[in-house]
Amino acid sequence: MTMLDKKTKNLIIPVKETDENVLLSIQDLRVWFELRRFGFGVVGHVRAVDGVNFELHNSEAIAVVGESGCGKTSLMKTILGLYKPTEGHVIFEKNNVSEMGRKGLQWYRSQVGYVQQDPFGALPPFLDVQRILEEPLIIGGVKNKEERLRRIKKVMAEVKLFPVEDFLSKFPHMLSGGQQQRVVIARAMILEPKMIVADEPVSMLDASVRVEILKLLRGLQASHNLSFIYITHDLSTVRYFSEQIFVMYAGKLVEKAPIGMLLKNPQHPYTLALLTATSDPDANNARTFKEVPPGEPPSLVNPPVGCRFHPRCPRMIENLCEVQDPPDFTTESGHITACWLYK
Amino acid sequence: MAEETLLDVRHLVLHFATTRGAVQAVDGVDFNLDYNKAVVILGESGCGKTSLAKAILRLLPRNVSAYAGEVRLVGKDVMKLGEEEFRQNVRWVAMSLVPQAAMNSLNPVLRVGDQVAEPAMIHLGMKKEDALKLALKMFQHVSVPADFINRYPFELSGGMRQRVAIAMALITSPSLIVLDEPTSALDLLTQANIFNVLKRIKKELGTSFILITHDIATSSELADSVAVMYAGQIVETGEADKFFPAPLHPYSQKLMASVPRLRANQDPEFITGQPPSLVNLPPGCRFAERCPFRFEKCDQDPSEFRVNGRIVRCWKYE
Repeated sequence: MTMLDKKTKNLIIPVKETDENVLLSIQDLRVWFELRRFGFGVVGHVRAVDGVNFELHNSEAIAVVGESGCGKTSLMKTILGLYKPTEGHVIFEKNNVSEMGRKGLQWYRSQVGYVQQDPFGALPPFLDVQRILEEPLIIGGVKNKEERLRRIKKVMAEVKLFPVEDFLSKFPHMLSGGQQQRVVIARAMILEPKMIVADEPVSMLDASVRVEILKLLRGLQASHNLSFIYITHDLSTVRYFSEQIFVMYAGKLVEKAPIGMLLKNPQHPYTLALLTATSDPDANNARTFKEVPPGEPPSLVNPPVGCRFHPRCPRMIENLCEVQDPPDFTTESGHITACWLYK
Repeated sequence: MAEETLLDVRHLVLHFATTRGAVQAVDGVDFNLDYNKAVVILGESGCGKTSLAKAILRLLPRNVSAYAGEVRLVGKDVMKLGEEEFRQNVRWVAMSLVPQAAMNSLNPVLRVGDQVAEPAMIHLGMKKEDALKLALKMFQHVSVPADFINRYPFELSGGMRQRVAIAMALITSPSLIVLDEPTSALDLLTQANIFNVLKRIKKELGTSFILITHDIATSSELADSVAVMYAGQIVETGEADKFFPAPLHPYSQKLMASVPRLRANQDPEFITGQPPSLVNLPPGCRFAERCPFRFEKCDQDPSEFRVNGRIVRCWKYE
């Protein structure tokens, strides 16, 4: 049965049933932003997220990999309930996030932690660490002051901000980048959520600190049975972090696979290009040129017809790729590629 | 020997005066660079690598408290030149700079073609038409379409703006270009494309590069030799072929082990502790506090030791 939404004239897609073990289900999600001229009349849409499907199971870690402007941040903000989906659903434990009221969202936000990209920008500069970590507890309804302090100390020990007493009264500017990011992680963890969304959590940090924070996140994920969405542009960190990897290009997921399978047998030409472009430290790199597709990702206002990668694709099939949008093909068990090569 | 070396930096010192004391950003740096070679200066943020670039090109802020040493360019110590002579004969003529976040360093109200042509008009005394023709040639070298010459910076993507900044450094055909974090703000594929451009320039025009970066993996794309910087000093220099498989200094080893690899199954490690503040530097080896191999001797400042043609500042190699 199909219905039209009265306001947006869009098709209402019925919510699909999910099985017990699925924590988060993204169903045919579209997030479009209106482009207006002089504040009136809609002249087009930025199709930031355009038909994304996936499921996140309990205590599973997934990574969404893509370049800037591919829509990964819009996808994340929709999952967090900050943007309303234009079409499709975000289902968390059988609750539709876009239909949640005030109470529902408050509950949802206690279940989902968010680790921002820039720790210094994410921490309020005039609050000390204790106050920063206390805020979610106050909003979450923990009335007892001693209980709050106990939980703050516990979470600070978990993110290894030692000695805890010394850090309680510090302000963000007194901390190093790595310590700031630990405070951000502590804040995301303090309400004991089921899921953490991390948006490029280490891209602003130095190389030696980066690994430390990644290991900390991975450790927390394992010890608390957290589900994890890790959003990044850096393929080389993904393999230490997640089981599943989703490659995003121009608003769509072009390849979904377990990490080992994707590294061994990458299938979408875009994934292949990303893997080729990622360097390992090797002196031989200086002697060879890399084969990378020319050009830039397309505008999301007028994305190319058909496959969105076809103008840059070295293996484009004439009269097919530029005409028809490729559906998802299952090429091996658990490996899904949206590319006509695997028809 | 003396003819072969393009740049020879000896005991270069650059300190800044602050209310807390002198910041020893560059503290006795030595390295050299041959024609048509690229040296990578590797280091974490706050180790003084950008200050080193500024010291070489004499682009100094006002609060400098000490600036000394030798910068020999083709055998001539350019530190002895007066400010005006340096500007006319060295900066941009013999060596130029692609600054950090170069794509945001373009003037937003001038067409990119005019900006690229400007150094040629000022330093080479060219007429505007000729300079624009030369700019067009430079655009070809960095693979920017010719019709972009009349565009404004906001009409270009980040990668294209970065290429324009490289074209601007290239137009006076200097023998040396200093690149300060040229790709750190760019996407993966764009980054790979820019490195292809740099490699081609090196091959076709014979330019030398000083590449300043914190990204070890991508630095290997251009490096002929490597210098690792820690707390204002260079702790290790060596050929890229020898450095990347087996770094010598404990800091370089730790740094190399912290790089996540795509193609090797190796668990990355991290370095405990933090780099020291450049204001009150500890006596002795500056890495000693974080070093797993520390012994009594490390309380004294290590001198430079030669190991198979590589130089390392660590008592382990005495």
